[in-house]
Amino acid sequence: MSDNNNNSSGLLGWIDARFPLTKMFEEHLSKYYAPKNFNFWYFFGSLALLVLVIQIVTGIFLTMHYKPDGAQAFISVEYIMRDVDWGWLLRYLHSTGASAFFIVVYLHMFRALIYGSYQKPRELIWLFGMFIFLALMAEAFMGYLLPWGQMSYWGAQVIISLFGAIPVVGDDLTLWIRGDFVVSDATLNRFFALHVVAVPIVLLMLVVMHIIALHEVGSNNPDGVEIKKNKDANGIPLDGIPFHPYYSVKDLVGVVVFLILFSVVVFFMPEMGGYFLEHANFVPADQFKTPEHIAPVWYFTPFYAILRAVPDKLLGVIAMFSAIIVLFLLPWIDRGKVKSVRYRSTAFKLLLVMLVVSFLGLGYLGALAPNPTRTMFAQIFSAGYFGFFLGLWWISKNEATRPVPERVR
Amino acid sequence: MSSDEADSNRRRFLTAATVVVGAVGTVAAAVPFLASWNPSARARTAGAPVVADISKLEPGQLIIVKWRGKPVWVVRRDAKALETLPEVTDLLRDPDSNDSSQPEYAKNEYRSRKPEYLIMEGICTHLGCSPSYRPEITADFQGGFFCPCHGSKFDFAGRVYKGVPAPLNLPVPDYYYVSDGVILIGESGEA
Repeated sequence: MSDNNNNSSGLLGWIDARFPLTKMFEEHLSKYYAPKNFNFWYFFGSLALLVLVIQIVTGIFLTMHYKPDGAQAFISVEYIMRDVDWGWLLRYLHSTGASAFFIVVYLHMFRALIYGSYQKPRELIWLFGMFIFLALMAEAFMGYLLPWGQMSYWGAQVIISLFGAIPVVGDDLTLWIRGDFVVSDATLNRFFALHVVAVPIVLLMLVVMHIIALHEVGSNNPDGVEIKKNKDANGIPLDGIPFHPYYSVKDLVGVVVFLILFSVVVFFMPEMGGYFLEHANFVPADQFKTPEHIAPVWYFTPFYAILRAVPDKLLGVIAMFSAIIVLFLLPWIDRGKVKSVRYRSTAFKLLLVMLVVSFLGLGYLGALAPNPTRTMFAQIFSAGYFGFFLGLWWISKNEATRPVPERVR
Repeated sequence: MSSDEADSNRRRFLTAATVVVGAVGTVAAAVPFLASWNPSARARTAGAPVVADISKLEPGQLIIVKWRGKPVWVVRRDAKALETLPEVTDLLRDPDSNDSSQPEYAKNEYRSRKPEYLIMEGICTHLGCSPSYRPEITADFQGGFFCPCHGSKFDFAGRVYKGVPAPLNLPVPDYYYVSDGVILIGESGEA
């Protein structure tokens, strides 16, 4: 006897009559059919979720000791590192987690790129994902101000000044963002509020929307074949397997490998040679002295290199923001019908190589001090980055693709 | 009343009116939240003028004075530095400071009231870094200020070179000489 539609009884039956617990579990896990041919690239979605949890948990505990105050912030971070029991671990987990988040998300985005996971009917999944990426960048940027080191301070000064390039309202806008004539205690305090409350809420909402949209249309796969086209008598895709237990267990392997690598960094190289935690940030913020060389953390360097490649303030800022906006438009830039790189043209593969080389090249240059040679290379790589999107739009109209199989291989 | 008797014009008007009033209310309610981000009264009073004693400055020396939380430089330029100013004019983006920010009395080649003393905000007009003082005159660079962040160069009067990211000359704040050795930064005085 059951008073709900899930034939559950006992406590679960009581709950199911009042809240769709079993229904949701089935819809999103035990009866969510994912293509059976997921490969290595499909680990990074669930890993991103894992890192999000790590960041939220460690972040909550860090706020219990941290002081968002211009006079105390730097000291309170040192206090966490030295005097709080296990405080160093909480902080290193959080700082390493930030970099891990971007590694995982960049690989996750690259997966979407090579298998056409942004194409129709998954445009909204891609858009939600891009908004997550944007929120993540805001979160990382504001979080980086909180230790109140030299790099925190001057990085924020530079990034906030980007808005000053906007004609007419620019100067008032930067004053409003900072809440003072320079980056100061007021800026730190509001960034803290945004970093620990506002942006995480937005981020969580976007993640939920990303997953709901994904589960509505179903996952893409390395062959770019819609598995919903071939269903058995019960309406279950022939090439689909239930996410739970098949992929939940597979992802567990990914989680273990990830945590091993993550732990190596946290315990043995938390600063990662100045790339995860920059050396200049071990000096307290000094508003009268810019460090000799300032560079953002590695995950922002590709965009920073684009900014520097343009020798004009407004155009540089426009180029940098365009580099992100163009990603939003990807589902409409790609006019092709074939999703997976496996069946796309040689031209597409060459463009992809160009994008990867340009992006890595920009990332490398963005971390270095500028000189004329490097600026020239940054300009070439910037052209390569934007060239990918232009080229993709161009070739995808009448692309010489190979035949796509009916079923996944 | 059944639905086919409903006056749809009236409904549409009421819906539209509710939406408009609601939107106006939402905007009005947002104002206090957005306005709370403006510099507070305390931050604004910290923008009051400051006094600097410049009587002990050696030729070529730079001191930093804090004004509105920003670094303001006071440089006593030596004769050599002053000689470079007319020489570099062709290399500059805005040599006459037409687009740049400075009080009227500093809109000249020296960008100062007295040629010897330069008073200037030490914040790059590109993205807000504080450039470093490079008094050495070399074959490559006639001396002045160099911004380490994005490579912008300025001459001894804070005038920006061509071909660098900074768009404008470094800003000069209002200031005046209280006496020969004392200046007040933040006000132009009566003179």
